[in-house]
Amino acid sequence: MSTLEAGWYGETLAYELKDGVAEVCLHRNPCNEIGSLSLQEMESFCTALQNLQQPSHAVIIYSNKKAGFCAGADLRELYERSQKMEKAEALQGVRDFLERIHHVLNVIDGTPQTTIAAVHGVTFGGGLELALACDLIVADKTARFAFPELRLGLIPGFGGIPRLKRDVGNAIVRDLLLTGRSFNAAKAQQVGLVSQVVAEGEALRVARTTASQVRKFDRQTSATAKKFIKPIPREELRQEIDLFCDLFLRPEVEAGLKKFVESKDAQPYLP
Amino acid sequence: MISMQTADQTLDEILALASAHFKVPREKLSPDDDFFKTLGIDSLQTLDLLTKLENHFHVELPDYELQGVSDFRTLAGKIKSRL
Repeated sequence: MSTLEAGWYGETLAYELKDGVAEVCLHRNPCNEIGSLSLQEMESFCTALQNLQQPSHAVIIYSNKKAGFCAGADLRELYERSQKMEKAEALQGVRDFLERIHHVLNVIDGTPQTTIAAVHGVTFGGGLELALACDLIVADKTARFAFPELRLGLIPGFGGIPRLKRDVGNAIVRDLLLTGRSFNAAKAQQVGLVSQVVAEGEALRVARTTASQVRKFDRQTSATAKKFIKPIPREELRQEIDLFCDLFLRPEVEAGLKKFVESKDAQPYLP
Repeated sequence: MISMQTADQTLDEILALASAHFKVPREKLSPDDDFFKTLGIDSLQTLDLLTKLENHFHVELPDYELQGVSDFRTLAGKIKSRL
């Protein structure tokens, strides 16, 4: 079993403990799309995090892909796998995946360390949901945020709606969800989603500086405060999985996925 | 408040930004060019350009406003409408 203390390098991510900070680097081409291997490796990280023996005060999650932090779920894998199965089996597969990714994000959300997502570029769908599981988001000026799921006839399924509702006003949640549009880091900070906006390329450095600041305070106090301030909306998270599954078998979803996967035009990521 | 910036000024600034960001010589860009083809960019890079333009002009332009937009002149019109 891999440990944070020893560090680990996988196909989609790497993690290590540096001066009390657990750092996770997402590195799957092209933009850290979350598929079954990513999920497996995230689960490995969560196990390592929960079994950490050495003191740790922060977790930083970042990406080394130029395109951005994470473009969301691996839609190609989702489409291709669902095409090979009977509908009931495909739906069960989707539910299983969602429950596993929810567990991962709940671990990150609830871990006693202060968690920081250092984001840049595309931070869409599941990528935004991963960032939302963290306590703080540090975004560089290139970051864009979106929940494009409606474009596929779906809603966010990795816990994005309850977590976004936890952090920002309902009007912003409706804007993102119902228009499927993206907005930039300045707007994200304006609405309270992002803690700091920094120059291009500086998000990781600033996240590390923030982690150093966090280190000054008593861990037990920080963990207690975090648990009080940031309850995990478990009931709504479960409801979100159910709603997603209710929508998934609709022909509009298959058509939306097919269109995205087979698109050869220049605009699949535009609404 | 009426913006003092003309449409041509907006267009010039967009062409300059696109040239610098994607490292394509300014003289190779024309207002009516299809920017996907001329810049050789995809939709992710278009979003990148959009971010640059929003930051430069201090506007917010929902990306669905780019539906059907593929030339710099029309893009400039969209930006101008937000100034």
